[in-house]
Amino acid sequence: MIAVENLRKTYRVKKRSAGLAAAAAALIRPRYDTVEALRGVSFRVGPGEIVGYIGPNGAGKSTTIKVMSGILVPDSGSCVIKGRVPWKERKAHVAGIGVVFGQRCQLWWDVPVIDSLDLLRDVYRVDEAAYRRNLDELVSALDIGGVLGQTARSLSLGQRMRCELAASLVHAPDILFLDEPTIGLDAVSKLAVRGFIARANRERGLTVILTTHDMHDIEALASRVILIGKGEILHDGSFGSLVAGRGDGGVEAAVAALYGEMGIA
Amino acid sequence: MRGELPAYAGLFRMRLARGLSYRAAAVAGSVTQFFWGFMLISVLRAFARAGGSPLGDGQIASYIWLQQAFLVLGAIWFRDGELVRLICSGDAAYELCRPVDLYRLWFARLAGGRLAATALRCLPILAVAFFLPEPWSLRPPASPAVFGCFVLAMALATVMVVAVSMFSYALTMVTLNAQAGFLFVAPVFELCAGLLVPLPLMPDGIRRVLELLPFRYAADLPFRIWMGSIGLSELPGLLVAEIAWLAVIVAGGRLALGSALRRSEAVGG
Repeated sequence: MIAVENLRKTYRVKKRSAGLAAAAAALIRPRYDTVEALRGVSFRVGPGEIVGYIGPNGAGKSTTIKVMSGILVPDSGSCVIKGRVPWKERKAHVAGIGVVFGQRCQLWWDVPVIDSLDLLRDVYRVDEAAYRRNLDELVSALDIGGVLGQTARSLSLGQRMRCELAASLVHAPDILFLDEPTIGLDAVSKLAVRGFIARANRERGLTVILTTHDMHDIEALASRVILIGKGEILHDGSFGSLVAGRGDGGVEAAVAALYGEMGIA
Repeated sequence: MRGELPAYAGLFRMRLARGLSYRAAAVAGSVTQFFWGFMLISVLRAFARAGGSPLGDGQIASYIWLQQAFLVLGAIWFRDGELVRLICSGDAAYELCRPVDLYRLWFARLAGGRLAATALRCLPILAVAFFLPEPWSLRPPASPAVFGCFVLAMALATVMVVAVSMFSYALTMVTLNAQAGFLFVAPVFELCAGLLVPLPLMPDGIRRVLELLPFRYAADLPFRIWMGSIGLSELPGLLVAEIAWLAVIVAGGRLALGSALRRSEAVGG
């Protein structure tokens, strides 16, 4: 369903040094550093899988998600999702996937949530009956019936994230990319989001790729984890085998120890 | 399956409804424009008395009131703050994960916002300006046909302004600074459109050049259709030229937005 092969991406970042003289020099001749975000990333994901995509900050997780979402064009390598290359057939590709970025708001900020959802119905060209049916299901599963009339701006983070999940699924995609969906959420909302993802995977057969720093998300959801560090895949397999034998200080400590051992912390 | 149109129409309506709720800004804007209009008319009448003017006394007032009433329709500096924030924070790229055309999506959004702001501001100014004593008043158009042509020219003016403003948003995307994107384009556009000084009052040579450029279609042309200083018989030729300019500007804006998007890859793990 998803085949990523030897994906590479470097960013060019303007180099800044301290001091007035350096600033003046940069004004005339800016210098650039290159940052290698992805250095040959490959993996495959089959239909109905939930894959946890983990790694320290700056490892290349979001870059991978952006490439798979059709937002970013890689320098080289291939990525084929449901037979399409995301950045080449962007519109057809994104019509069949759902994406949630935990740190961005994809609902229209200052209109009621239901207006955003209705607009997404038009954006994805979902027919009215299918939309109604799907929306009723999402609203009850995510328990957002009470906040549909409020603007995204006025929602708490937990409420908003549940609305974002609903928004990412109005067109009933069979693939969902979640980039840190539980970031900043309280325990209740985290459990609600996890419960919903598990249920959507079970009932809709949704394929999910999930990035997170919360290892409890991984424990609860993902039978398979892909670990990325400094732009390279370091592990692809079960979470249990990854943390096995790394002390009994809990999963967070085990993962921290692992990052340290691998020199990617 | 339905077409893409409902999505763009939906966003247009959403921005229109949203824009119509900014009442306080509209009141403040109308009041400012009203006083500014009085000042401009006084100054231009004084010049006219001293040295003669291609515009008659009543025409000066009409041009200025239309200019003030439709200022935010033509002014590039009137911008969508939320879109600017989206662009400067890099979040604009995330709009690409929707199966829509970004240019059309933003076009619908900007047109809705601009029309809402204009509707709120033009009505109070026009209402008062009609009832002022001569030579300060706005004279109504000569016939319903003239008014119809004015509305048509205004609709095309909206398309023109939104299409030109797209360059400012593209520039903002490259520089990540709204000031740069707008300060660069806005003053040139407004001067050339007749939003600062009425084009008929410009020196002949400059005026002739400005009348060939696309900017005048955003303000000067509809105003002069209303006033009757451009006759309906001249209109077909002008509209053909305007539509040709629009085709060029929209094509250029698409290229600019596309290349700005490619350059603005958000950095991040």
